Amino acid sequence: MTDYHFDTPAGPNPIDQQKIIGHPHDRIDGPRKVSGQAPYAQDYRDGISNIAYGFIVGAGIATGRIDRIDTREAEAAPGVLLVMTHLNAPKQGPHQHDLAPQLTGPEIHFYDEAVALVIADTFEQARDAAKLVRISYTPKKGRFDLAQERLNAVKPDEDEPDTSTGDFAQGFAAAPVQLDVTYTTPDQSHMMMEPHATIAKWEGDRLTLWTSNQMVHWAIRDVAGTLMIPEENVRVLSAFVGGGFGAKLWIQSDAVLAALGARAAGRPVKLALARPQIMNNATHRPATIQRIRIGTDPQGRILAIGHEVWSGNQPGRKIENAAQQTRLLYAGKDRMTSHRLAVMDLPVGNSMRAPGEAVGLLALEAAMDELAEKLNMDPVELRIINDVQFDPEKGPSRPFSTRKLVECLRHGAREFGWSKRNPKPGQVRDGNWLVGMGVGSAIRNNLSKNSGARVTLRPHGSVLIETQMTDIGTGSYTILAQTAAEMLGLPMDRVEVRLGDSRFPESAGSGGSWGANSSTAGVFAACEQLRQQIAQKAGFGGAELTFRGGQVHAQGRSVSLASLAGKNGIAADGTIVFGDLEKRYAQASFGAHFCEVGVDRYTGETRIRRLLSVAAAGRILNPKTARNQCLGGMTMGVGAALMEECVVDTRFGYFVNHDLAEYHVPVHADIPDLEVIFLEELDDKSSPMKAKGVGELGICGVGAAVANAIYNATGVRVRDYPLTMDKLLERLA
Amino acid sequence: MSNPSGTKPFTITRRDLVVSGAVTVAVGSGSAHAQTSEPKAKVSRASQPTMPVELIANGTPHRLTLDPRVTLLDAMREHLNLTGSKKGCDHGQCGACTMIVNGRRINSCLTLAVMHDGDKVTTIEGLGSPEDLHPMQAAFVKHDGFQCGFCTPGQICSSVAMLGEIRDGIPSHVTRDLMAVNYSDEEVRERMSGNICRCAAYPNIIAAIREVHEGNT
Ligand code: FES
Ligand code: FES
Repeated sequence: MTDYHFDTPAGPNPIDQQKIIGHPHDRIDGPRKVSGQAPYAQDYRDGISNIAYGFIVGAGIATGRIDRIDTREAEAAPGVLLVMTHLNAPKQGPHQHDLAPQLTGPEIHFYDEAVALVIADTFEQARDAAKLVRISYTPKKGRFDLAQERLNAVKPDEDEPDTSTGDFAQGFAAAPVQLDVTYTTPDQSHMMMEPHATIAKWEGDRLTLWTSNQMVHWAIRDVAGTLMIPEENVRVLSAFVGGGFGAKLWIQSDAVLAALGARAAGRPVKLALARPQIMNNATHRPATIQRIRIGTDPQGRILAIGHEVWSGNQPGRKIENAAQQTRLLYAGKDRMTSHRLAVMDLPVGNSMRAPGEAVGLLALEAAMDELAEKLNMDPVELRIINDVQFDPEKGPSRPFSTRKLVECLRHGAREFGWSKRNPKPGQVRDGNWLVGMGVGSAIRNNLSKNSGARVTLRPHGSVLIETQMTDIGTGSYTILAQTAAEMLGLPMDRVEVRLGDSRFPESAGSGGSWGANSSTAGVFAACEQLRQQIAQKAGFGGAELTFRGGQVHAQGRSVSLASLAGKNGIAADGTIVFGDLEKRYAQASFGAHFCEVGVDRYTGETRIRRLLSVAAAGRILNPKTARNQCLGGMTMGVGAALMEECVVDTRFGYFVNHDLAEYHVPVHADIPDLEVIFLEELDDKSSPMKAKGVGELGICGVGAAVANAIYNATGVRVRDYPLTMDKLLERLA
Repeated sequence: MSNPSGTKPFTITRRDLVVSGAVTVAVGSGSAHAQTSEPKAKVSRASQPTMPVELIANGTPHRLTLDPRVTLLDAMREHLNLTGSKKGCDHGQCGACTMIVNGRRINSCLTLAVMHDGDKVTTIEGLGSPEDLHPMQAAFVKHDGFQCGFCTPGQICSSVAMLGEIRDGIPSHVTRDLMAVNYSDEEVRERMSGNICRCAAYPNIIAAIREVHEGNT
């Protein structure tokens, strides 16, 4: 494996040709997906015989302990092979990163935590027998209400929960114009369409998991650590992932219990979380309370900005870092952010699409709208005059690598017809509809992660890419092929891509919007390596090479790749290794969302009429797949604004609406034809690909644009997301 | 609801909770059944009643003997190895399992296989293959009508049958004139709303369906 160190800005390279990169190629995995031939975790058959089925029994209380667990009836049920509980589960390793070992003791930590596993010959038998496990509990009083637990919140043991620049208290107190508002956002659920699911199979002491996971090397680490077996004894396959949005960054109970069940049963086991189990048994995005204070001069220039966030989680778990974007988005001399964490007994909170920013911007960008009104200013102009081209906490010594927020706002305002907006709320009618427009800025931190790939020139001159990278709908298959095709001068149909197998080189994986830029840079690194090996074989020494039409040209000579590949082909491994450019430069993707809503004046029903997002996210590797990512983010943002909420039963401590009938996500009828515009941008500090993350940018700020449009339509400001009709109705004139 | 936040022990099974919506306080049904070693798999007793059923899956008749609890979805996926149809919820809430049965689209997770003796069932595999895509499948690829692809087999089966419903003049909730059912994006969005796409390729799905509709007219 050859490392390609990226620690100085990228110069010109073959990607800049943009013959294939940057074009809207159809997904190369598309034909398999649309014909049902792409295998997801539960679809595998080959080499898996005599499969048994698992079903999880979840705790019926949120906190307390199991007094007795009687499995006799379940064990006697037809087809049942075994029932595993804490009484007979094997010893497991300590808590691995995000994963708690399963069935470790009688204590219950959250509702629907696994308390038993039933394995049977068929799915129907396992499901039925699961209902026969009889359990008596002693419940304990739990902590379920964030509004109350906020009082017990403490400074968390994490990197930088707080930041402070200048003197916020003084700056805010002295500011001529002051805004002090508190917003709340609810717990939210990823609700990816494919449940957490795993097939586990043992051969001796070697384990294979076909599972649905975004981060293959983390899965290996956590499975091996939990089962206390060497990492090399575990193989993870995750070639197609039916959506993740963060829910599948870390393995969940399905993977561990399928592995334990398969070992105990001596048969392969298939185990999926049932849809109603997912929201409580697995992870969610935690609720927040956010206080925002902004002080400005009379012209709207920010003098002081403060953002405080409270969230809750299980002991030892993370905050929802919803103030992070406030550290970077707008200017202002006196600044503070803080995060406080309350220990709670609700299910485990963790990353969901754009953790931090997605809900932080719901508050900040609505607060900016309130501020604009206070100042009697246009909300677009307010954002523009507070633009800053460097990290406002660190000062001009840490400039943004690129930052086109102002361009996004101006371009979007023009395209959307923002000038037609009536700044006075509640003025525009269309029949029974109250019509309004809103804007929100988007920022998403650009993250990068080292990523490797193997690129093989095969005997007939075609190329194979192998990497642990996953494709969770993001288009990885296609953009990795585009990268290799560009680097090696081949048409797309000469490139094959294989993903999601732990036997391939370790990659960045899919998460935090780092996937596309990092994993294509990994393929770039491997292709650089392959190009050198090819040049050597062709006897080109250190000459300038051109790869075109299946040939390599140099020194007035051309040699076909097929002839160089020989009988065995040429394989090259490469890994992109990121240096400290992301410390020296602030790196983020930017955008602006413009929304027009109609609110029914009699029912309070909100309909999205138009929604435009303008984004600047470095090189857009494939405008078709990137646009689709934005559509997805925008739609999830609409969901956050209008409907998405895990409803907490604060008596019993669980999410009540734990399925797709009750946890509402946007459906076809909710979403009109959305518009996405990408501004041209290359970011030479991000990677040799000069690209940045786009998968989460779409959700950042869009919900606030919706909320601001609702305010503009109705004159009703709701600071408690989601903005459901009941909250509007009581205040509509 | 009785309040379980006290300290009195109580016993519930998941079924009690689901069926009654209340916490059943019951006497523990016997002593704890403690085992201390990892459970040994035992020979299972397959004393379950079964029923014969014939399903015409994508044109091919199959005789199966099934546990009557097997859904049509699981019959296809687990018994006939037609894994193209997906299980997103198993509760009729998402549409990922949509199949076309005797010409009508249904949520195959909400119906038992044994109820379909002799029925003609079309799954995504029956519409086309990667080498020979159905026009709707090809339009989904062209318009990028998916991301992760998990809802896609259901979206496509649903779209194909849905266009037939519009052609047959079957009205929907948004049809203004019940005697004149016409194609529109609004009609399609309404009729496709039982097929959730969390990746939210919705505008692209609508574009794909529109193209197939226009190609047909
Ligand atoms: S799996 Fe049948 S509707 Fe969801
Ligand atoms: S493509 Fe992922 S849910 Fe529709």
